[in-house]
Amino acid sequence: MNTLQQVKTLVYKDIVLEWRSKYAINGILLYVVSTVFVCYQAFQSVDTFVWNALFWIIMLFASVNAISRSFVQESQSRQLYYYTLISPQAIILSKIIYNTLIMILLSLIAYTAYSITFSNPVGDPILYTTAVVLGSMSFSSVFTMVSGISAKAGNNSTLMAILSFPVIIPLLIVLISLSQNALAGAPRVDSTNDILVLLAINVITITISLLLFPYLWRD
Amino acid sequence: MRQSWWKILGLVMVAASIVVGLLGPVPALFLLHETIRNVYFHVPMWFAMFALYLISVIYSIRYLSNGRINDDLIAVEAVNTGIVFCIIGLLTGMQWANITWGMAWPNDAKTNGSAIATLMYLAYLVLRNALEEEQKRGKIAAIYNIFAFPVMIVLMYIMPKMTDSLHPGSGGNGTFGDLDMDNQMRPVFYTAIIGWMLIGVWICTLRYRVRLLERKRNLID
Repeated sequence: MNTLQQVKTLVYKDIVLEWRSKYAINGILLYVVSTVFVCYQAFQSVDTFVWNALFWIIMLFASVNAISRSFVQESQSRQLYYYTLISPQAIILSKIIYNTLIMILLSLIAYTAYSITFSNPVGDPILYTTAVVLGSMSFSSVFTMVSGISAKAGNNSTLMAILSFPVIIPLLIVLISLSQNALAGAPRVDSTNDILVLLAINVITITISLLLFPYLWRD
Repeated sequence: MRQSWWKILGLVMVAASIVVGLLGPVPALFLLHETIRNVYFHVPMWFAMFALYLISVIYSIRYLSNGRINDDLIAVEAVNTGIVFCIIGLLTGMQWANITWGMAWPNDAKTNGSAIATLMYLAYLVLRNALEEEQKRGKIAAIYNIFAFPVMIVLMYIMPKMTDSLHPGSGGNGTFGDLDMDNQMRPVFYTAIIGWMLIGVWICTLRYRVRLLERKRNLID
């Protein structure tokens, strides 16, 4: 099997595993919706700037929670079994793709719930949705590698947070500026730069992950 | 003598830059006045920090490729020393900002970026403490170190250029070289940069040698 087929099989396996138990996805969905409600009860109504910041903070914590378990749900012996069969690049790539899919689903649901409870002030919904999708991609590409590192270090949640938050901040700054543009309904030409930067950072992170994961994988 | 010439050179350069930096002539500038002298102290800290982080990432890559524990020790000591330079850089910067920009911590992209980068390297040290086994600790810490290095560059050198910043050379501002420095200042400035870099590397090697001795003492023979 070449790497592409391996990736496809692994992503399919992850989706089937998740579909059978539905534990992680339901848990994290409830987490997001409850957080939205907590924020709604606490804030009642907010101006657009806070609206945007609050949304990304909710997404940040939800994605840390969702992705931090990506390497611990399978036992050590089963991971060893994968190691004999497939290349480590296929494993990290499949995890990134799977986490991206989960995060896109999650963030679109969160966006909907958020827009229903707080009223939606977005001026350019298509651009905002693009920002949300790009954000899901960026969160999963960064957090997947970091969760691999923290899983090797005993996977405590403090470690995951302190390792990943400083790394995600540049992405978060660009995301917030992009979504602020979308909120204000600014002309889309202004946002192309932000989108390109986000894509470039994603490409760099995924490349570094592909280069480094083989070392992390071996034990 | 053959091995220590660069240490003496570093000492002499730093000493010269301190003396000439505090006593030498500077151009009379609007708003900056005499605080322009801080350019001899604030900016070299960041150069020294960058050099040490670069050394650290190079030795991390070496450690991943050959697994020699000494390379890992150099990497961690370079980060330890780099963090100290970063903290001094932040302190001198805060002092300078307090006088020229009116407050110690203006909401500036470069200031925030360097503080966040420091958090990242402190997280690297915490990650090391979380792991017991020597080889595993070296490997995982090296991976995080390599992962963090490009993020550090983005935070400290690319983001400030893209957004608004008060710092020279960022956010569309002119650099110090174009605006404020005259030809009398330039040689002192470069001497200070090279001198502090050499001193930084020297401190790093001293710490590395202490680390080696400690390790030797702890070995069961």
